Parts: sequence; structure tokens; C-alpha cells
Amino acid sequence: MIKKLNIGITGFGCYIPRFRIRTDDIAVANNQNVELIKGALLINEKTVPNKDEDAITISVEASKTALLRAGVSPKMLTAIYMGSESHPYAVKSSSAIIGEVLGVGENFMAADTEFACKAGTAALQMISGMVEGELINYGLAIGADTSQGSPGDALEYSAAAGGAALIIGKNKSEICANILYTLSRTSDTPDFWRRNKQQYPSHMGRFTGEEAYFKHVISTTEAMLNETGFKILDFDHVVLHQPNGKFPLKAAKALGASREQLKYGIVVHDIGNTYSGSSLLGLVNVLENAQPGQKILLTSYGSGSGSDCFIIETTENILEKQKIGKRLINYLSDKQYVNYNQYRQMVKMIH
Amino acid sequence: MHRQSPILRWRRYPERYRLEGNKCLECSQIYFPKKELCECGCKSFVNYKLKGEGKILTFTEIKSSPEEFSEMTPYCVGIIELEDGPKITAQIADADVTCLKVGDKVESTFRKFTAVGDSGVIHYGLKFKKAKSSIN
Ligand SMILES: [Zn+2]
Repeated sequence: MIKKLNIGITGFGCYIPRFRIRTDDIAVANNQNVELIKGALLINEKTVPNKDEDAITISVEASKTALLRAGVSPKMLTAIYMGSESHPYAVKSSSAIIGEVLGVGENFMAADTEFACKAGTAALQMISGMVEGELINYGLAIGADTSQGSPGDALEYSAAAGGAALIIGKNKSEICANILYTLSRTSDTPDFWRRNKQQYPSHMGRFTGEEAYFKHVISTTEAMLNETGFKILDFDHVVLHQPNGKFPLKAAKALGASREQLKYGIVVHDIGNTYSGSSLLGLVNVLENAQPGQKILLTSYGSGSGSDCFIIETTENILEKQKIGKRLINYLSDKQYVNYNQYRQMVKMIH
Repeated sequence: MHRQSPILRWRRYPERYRLEGNKCLECSQIYFPKKELCECGCKSFVNYKLKGEGKILTFTEIKSSPEEFSEMTPYCVGIIELEDGPKITAQIADADVTCLKVGDKVESTFRKFTAVGDSGVIHYGLKFKKAKSSIN
């Protein structure tokens, strides 16, 4: 029997860069059919990190908003786990830098996690377990990436930059969304990888769909429903990992979820795939729009492969938190387009 | 600016990362960077974290930069008057010189400054960017 948790989210925040490139411009530069690409991916545009942005700078900005909403001093955080597949250093902790910038002090546990696109939800599970086990009072979990694909590869249309941060605590008067349950499924699947010192990832094309993304997202969500007795239609909001616009729609349909349940949870169309930030950005957007007492189902996916599933329920406190800090919608409207050449210049520095 | 060692930069993280200045206990004057002697003659201070919001007093575009900033060149630098009082010189991120004007509201943003070669330390710090209310 799955254990019910007594912890929750006390603060949440996100960040996406200001620059965008339109799918049309990438398709034209690669002599590919614009309508075909857009129909296949359902991505209109994606974020482009400036040359001075990386997964750490994105994490810092998202965490600042999370701290503001949590209303606690940074010194109260005693754990920071940051998940990414674009940690700026191969060896040197991203989480330690984030802690220093936030002014957390030195009394905190820290590590960087990596599991393709689910490194952020893995960090969230670790922090949740530590708060539940009363090892810490408050912990910060972050998922952020500046991912990229090689020129002309399918990934070039989706690989984007962004991130989200969550502060987890156990004080009921501060919790705006209870985390009720979490579980995962993991298997050794060779769908997508990047070897050390390689700039771009390799992937198995169509295989990344059925045998990888859909298999894990659907089976993990179904396992959660079986364990808890919930039905998919019990949830007000469903958030699934969104490597493009089509995959989460198809997975949701297979699970029996309606378009209405995905209204706030799918944010990939105008952002692109932010990898470790992907499903957490969807969750933050849901939290920024949810009413009290609403149930949220979140399932991430990380290649290689696995899914983390969470059941979350908002409390009365959500309305107050929604009035504070920058929302995803503010970042979405604060944008500037770059052309393909500018874009290639901007991302050539990544990794 | 010549290249600083990672250790020297490390000693200045409180101001570079968190806009930490100090405030005179006698007359409440706020300083950034920190001072040890206030204009009023007082030597007692408390640390004070500046809010990171302000407006552009003046700005310029740097087209020929020190080698360490060459990847970002051209970039904009401005004198920012912070809401807390102090004025600071900082890079203005995500901005083309043609879209800036004196008086624009800006906010701090944590960014990469330089990375030393392919194997050196990555230097981070605060820059400023136009606040959304100042865009258009
Ligand atoms: Zn004084």
C-alpha cells in the first residue's frame, strides 16, 4: 500500500529566457516543410537562452520567486537539490552556487541530480522524502535546463531553456498544495543519451515514442491510480512531461484525460521542451491558476528511462501565493524574437 | 578590468551575488559597495541587502571589450540608480542599445559574466535587465 505523505509545496516559481525563435524560422533555415513540422510537434516557438544564461542562472531566478512566495528566509532552507542535464560544470555543484546566490548560508545539504528530463522531479522526490522523514524543515527542489539539438535534427525544433523551483515544507499553515503521493517506474531503455564531452545528444528517433515516453508515462500514471484508487477524471489538472505538443496530448488521451484537464498543464507550445524544467513548468503554471481544493496529477518522463508521478492537492493558501511574484504568463509576454543566425550564435556556447 | 583570480572574486560573493551593502546605524545611509566610515562620521554598520530595482541614469554600448567579455560583445553598460539609493555601474542584459532609454526601470538578474577558457572557473554575478513595465 502506497504511503500517504504529510508535506506540501510552500513556494513555487519559474523562469524562462526573454528570447524566442519561431518554428517557422528554424524550418526555413533547414529547408524543411513548416506546416509538416508544426503539425508534427505542435510547437509555435521556443525559448532561447542568452549567452550569459545557463541552468544555474535560470534556477536562481526561479528560486527567488519560490522563496518570495514561501515567505521564509533563505536561511531556513536546509537542502537544495537541482536537477538538470545541462549542469554548467561536469564537476562542481550547481546547487552549492544556487545556495550561495540565494543567501542560504552554509547549513544545507546539496547535490545535483541527473536523469534526462526527470532530474527535477527526482530532486522533488528526494526533498519530499527528507521533509516527510523530518530530516529537514524546508528544502528546495529545482529542475532547469538549457538543452539543445544539433542543427537540422528534430530536437532543434524543441530543445529550449527554462526551469522551475519548488519549496517543500510540512507546516500546514504555509502549505499551498499538499503532496499526497509519489511513485516511480524505471527501466533500462536506450532511447536517448548524451555521452561525456559530447555537445549534442543522440536519440533513436521514433523509438523515443511508444517504447519509451508513452510506455513509462502511461504505466506509471496507471500504477499510481491503481495504488491510490483515484480515477483519472478525479483530477482537476493533469500535467505530463511535454517534449513536444503532441506527446502529452496523445498520452492524456490514452489515459482517458480530457483537454480541459490539460488546460494549464501543457505549456510547451510557446516555450519548447525545457527538459528537467518541462513538467515542473506545467505544474507551476497550474499552481498559478488553480483554485483551492483542486487535485493535480503530475507525471514526468526522463529518457533512459523512467517516470515520476505525484498527486498534489491545493489548499486555501494557494490564492494568496498567486498574488505574489512573477508568473509564467508574465514571462511568456515578455519576449523578443531572434532570427536563425542569431539563435545559432546564442546557443553555440551551451555545454 | 583585468582578470581576477577565482579566490578574489569568491571573497566578494555577498556583493556580486546578492547586492549586499551596508547601512549606517546612526543616519541610515545605505552604501554599496560597503563602507567602513559613514559620511556622518559613524563607523557602525549593519549588512543591508539592496532590492535590485532601479532606473537607468545613463548607458552606453561597449563595442570593443576586454577579451574576457568578447563572447557577449557588443553589450550595454549603465549607471543604475537603485531604489534604495546607491548608484552602481552594471551590465544591462538582454538589451540592444537602440531599445534603452534614460529612466527605464530595471531589475537585477543573475547571469554569467565570463568563463575562463574551456577549463577555467565560470564567473557569475548580477546584471540588470529592463523591467517588463519598461518594455515597448
Ligand atoms: Zn551615517
